[in-house]
Amino acid sequence: MSTSTERGRAGAAPPGAGPAGPARRKPDSARRTAWRRRTPYLFLIPALLLELFVHFGPMLAGVVMSVLKLTQYQLARWWEAPWAGLDNYQVMLDVDQPTGASLLHSFLVTTGFTVIVVAVSWGLGVAGAISLQRMRAGRGTLRTLFLVPYALPVFAAVITWRFLLQRDNGMLNHVLSDQLGLLDGNAFYLIGGNSFWSLCVVTIWREWPFAFLMIMAALQSIPDDVYEASGMDGAGPWRQLRSITLPMIAPVNQVLILVLALRTFRDFETPYVLFGGSAPDAARLISVEIYQNSFQTFNFGLGSAMSVLLLVFLMLLTGVYLTATRRRA
Amino acid sequence: MRRSWRAPLGVLTAGLVLLAGTACGGDDAAEGKVLTYWASQQSPSVQRDKEILTPELAKFTARTGITVRLEVIPFTELLNKILTATTSGQGPDVLNIGNTWSASLQATGALMPWDEAKLGTLGGAARFEPAALQTTGAQGKAPAAVPLYNKVYQLYYNKKLFTAAGLTKPPATWDEFVTTAKKLTRDTTGDGKPDQWGLSLRGQAATVALHYAYILGSAQGAEYFPGGKPAFDSPPAVAGIRQYLGWMGSDKVVNPSDAENADWADVYEAFAGGKAGMMLVQTLGRTLADYKLSPDDYGVAPMPASTVAGGKDVGSFVGGTNVAVFASTRNETGAIDLVKFLTSAPEQVTLNTAYGTIPAVRDATGPAFESPEMKIARQTIATRAVPMPRVPQETQFETLIGKNVVAWLADTATGKQPTDAQISAALQAAAGKVSAGG
Repeated sequence: MSTSTERGRAGAAPPGAGPAGPARRKPDSARRTAWRRRTPYLFLIPALLLELFVHFGPMLAGVVMSVLKLTQYQLARWWEAPWAGLDNYQVMLDVDQPTGASLLHSFLVTTGFTVIVVAVSWGLGVAGAISLQRMRAGRGTLRTLFLVPYALPVFAAVITWRFLLQRDNGMLNHVLSDQLGLLDGNAFYLIGGNSFWSLCVVTIWREWPFAFLMIMAALQSIPDDVYEASGMDGAGPWRQLRSITLPMIAPVNQVLILVLALRTFRDFETPYVLFGGSAPDAARLISVEIYQNSFQTFNFGLGSAMSVLLLVFLMLLTGVYLTATRRRA
Repeated sequence: MRRSWRAPLGVLTAGLVLLAGTACGGDDAAEGKVLTYWASQQSPSVQRDKEILTPELAKFTARTGITVRLEVIPFTELLNKILTATTSGQGPDVLNIGNTWSASLQATGALMPWDEAKLGTLGGAARFEPAALQTTGAQGKAPAAVPLYNKVYQLYYNKKLFTAAGLTKPPATWDEFVTTAKKLTRDTTGDGKPDQWGLSLRGQAATVALHYAYILGSAQGAEYFPGGKPAFDSPPAVAGIRQYLGWMGSDKVVNPSDAENADWADVYEAFAGGKAGMMLVQTLGRTLADYKLSPDDYGVAPMPASTVAGGKDVGSFVGGTNVAVFASTRNETGAIDLVKFLTSAPEQVTLNTAYGTIPAVRDATGPAFESPEMKIARQTIATRAVPMPRVPQETQFETLIGKNVVAWLADTATGKQPTDAQISAALQAAAGKVSAGG
């Protein structure tokens, strides 16, 4: 609004008319610079509005749904669903009741899963990127090879893992017990306690190329002479890694670990495809739990409340993480 | 001056583009001339379903001048798609639904009710198989859908393995079933471990686990919604689940690896490959031909009968697919016409023959329904089949119990078959969830 009045005023002053002088021209050009500075933002407004709508619209809808008693009865006319207040939140946070207990269980599983996946993916990413950095021949080939898991469609990749991990016909059991004789009696990998580790391995396999890619890009920005100088001062590779490489890629690490953690925490496709829709207890991630509560038992209010809780938790986690790492930096 | 109006013009253009974008959401189909039909995937592939349905729908177009836009949707995605369509009000005109969802979807109000007059245009309720009509919604309400294809659980047995084990006839009771299965469980390679099993199961599918729990529980005399209230932990319900888990656990007639089976294909492969002597599955039709089995290779028998005191003669639930009209359709007459076409006797013969399912109407007869498999299926649906609970919480019931049974079978596979007390406690918790959600 203010821009249009400004434009009106600028247009109202006839060019060249009035007491033309340096005193008059100066505010005019200042105004013009201010206008020019603002122009990009003006261009951004439609996109911004759309972005807000696309991004925050569903979130807001989720928050609204979470305070409604929304089940199949109200689905066709969901805007008329009765007010539930904080009932959904109460049901879900009451860990003595089945719903709350099951949510808490999946929350703990997801937390453990995230810590393991992020730590290992990051470690592999750093190791891979650094070893490739020193390499001359075959670097491009290896880099492409490492990125394959990241480029494959989730379904195709995970279903292949499913075949590998099957008890009777899976390759893993075939190698471990039939060929190497390491295991006696075939173990299960897709049900029971092992399913958690299967899920971790498959997710790490999918996620570490991303860490690798980011760290590799960060390594490019470290100038070679720093290594040369430190080499002349007698620093070995291990010392160089700790004192040069890691500190210099710290800003990338900060973002990378956050992005990895957020993605892993709300991973849905991997457990869904790996376990054929019904994840075993040991590997039931929170997003699967939410899916089951809203889409399979038709309790959308409760499902939304869980999503909101997940959102709040991840936002808090992000906030705390960013504050903590910034202070250190 | 020139520079000063460039920016607002940009904003204006962007705004117009935005507006145009939202305006495009309208319906481009000519009203009344085009119907959208969501067909459920009934054959092993979406492509084959299209090949079966397209020529039939062309007949409908020739007769009525209405074009049908066909979309074949796998059952795993169908419910989610229907729920999305229900919420947005933007859905198909006619759609197939799993018949066990009828009461739940009826409660959403998304499906057009079939009152007397509308059912009359299809030839009246009397044309339909009575058991199938019980799967069309809650008791005492106008049906939310009409039956289209039906299936029941049957016992399929591998004749070669039966002969090799000296068995002459399929088991008639559940006790005989276990004895038979034990004779079929053998070590054929001599490594001390059985590699041929009495029975194969699709252990990791919650829907199927629920089917077994419901059929076996009902045969023991269980009621799951007495007086409309959820009560899942009755002794016969627990006994039914124990019986199912016992096949793998205490009886040891099922390969523990079956707890990982997520698809029917896993079971068919074991059966066709001689790794399992029997399987309990819904009417298969021609499915086994894909596994290089001819009807001479396998036999079909009714589901074994319960002999426990207080039990009921239940062999299956009434499985199948119903067809419904979406309440928000703009062409109700055309939609009803399409349902009328699909449930007409000639189409019922053609489609049920192609899919190997039981016709939903009694006047559909033909040589395809004279096979032993079909005769047993029609007999079962007429006398020994019960509908799934006819309450709106049915989907919750299916999901919650199914999920538990899958987990218990996984425990059983790893040597920890749950006790009755554990089963009972979890079933009670599940009932609590259903009441909380409903």
